[in-house]
Amino acid sequence: MFASILFFIFSFLILASALLVITSKNPVNSVIFLIFSFFNAAGIFLIAGAEFLALIMLIVYVGAVAVLFLFVVMMLDLNFEELNKKTNFVKTGIITAGILIAEMIVLFVYYPEEQSFIINKNNELNSLTNTEIIGSKIYTEHFYHFQIAGLILLVAMIGAIVLTLRHRDNVRRQDISSQVSRDQEKNVELKDITFEESE
Amino acid sequence: MIFEIGIYHYTILSAFLFFTGVFGIFLNRTNLIIILMSLELILLSVSINFISFSVFLGDITGQIFSLFILTVAAGEAAIGLAILVVYFRNSGNINVNEINKMRG
Repeated sequence: MFASILFFIFSFLILASALLVITSKNPVNSVIFLIFSFFNAAGIFLIAGAEFLALIMLIVYVGAVAVLFLFVVMMLDLNFEELNKKTNFVKTGIITAGILIAEMIVLFVYYPEEQSFIINKNNELNSLTNTEIIGSKIYTEHFYHFQIAGLILLVAMIGAIVLTLRHRDNVRRQDISSQVSRDQEKNVELKDITFEESE
Repeated sequence: MIFEIGIYHYTILSAFLFFTGVFGIFLNRTNLIIILMSLELILLSVSINFISFSVFLGDITGQIFSLFILTVAAGEAAIGLAILVVYFRNSGNINVNEINKMRG
C-alpha cells in the first residue's frame, strides 16, 4: 500500500518534470528538471526491486550526464530569446504523439490475457541479492555484450576528445621532439672575446 | 484493485514518458540541447520498460540490458554535446532549422 502510493507520487513527478523539461524557457531549468526526473526514476526502480540499477542511474545520469549538459549550457553563450521562438512543428508533434497514443490504445484493446506471460516464479531472483545476480550474469552469459559496452564508451571518449580538441595558432606549445633532438653543434656557439677591444 | 501496482502501471508510465520525449523533439525544433534531453527522456522510458518487465517476468536479462542502455545513453550524450560545441564554435548558433550547410 505504501509502496503503491510512493509509486504514484514518483510517476506523477516524473511526468510533470518531463513536461517541464520540454517546455521550459531556460535550458538550465530544463537540466535541473531532467535531474529531478532521473531522481524519481531511481525511486521507481527502487520500488520495482532493481536497487543496483537505481543507484547506477543516479551516479551515471546525475553525476555525469546532467553535469555534462550543465557544462555545455554554461559554455555556449546562447541567446535564449532567439531560441524560444516556437516553430510550426507543434502540430506535427501533436499528430505524431497522437498516432503513438492511438497505437497504444489499440494494443490495450487487443491485449492478450495476462496468463500468456511466462512468469518464472521459482527463479534465481529470490535467492541472491540484485547486485550479485547482475554480476554473476554479466560476466558469464553477457560477457561479449559487456566488452562491446566498454568499446562503446572508449569510442565515445576518443570521439569527444577528437571533436573538441583544437590547436590555436597563437599559443606557444611545448614541442617535445624538437626539445629532445637538440644537439651541441646546432645550439651552442663558442665566441672568442677579446677584452682589450671591448674596453 | 487500483492500488495493486502491476505491469500495466509501469508500462503506462513508460509510454507516457516516451510520448513526452517524442513531443519534446518536435516542440523544441530550435534548441538542440533540449532535443538531446528529450532523447535522454526516451531512453529513460525504455529503461523503465526493460526493468519492469524484468522484475515481473523474473528474468534478470532486462536489467542487464538496461545497464547497456545506460552505457549507450552516456556515450550518445557525450558525442552529441561534443558535436554541438563544435557546431557552435563554427557557426555561432545552435538553431536546428538553420543547420543546412551540407545541402548540395
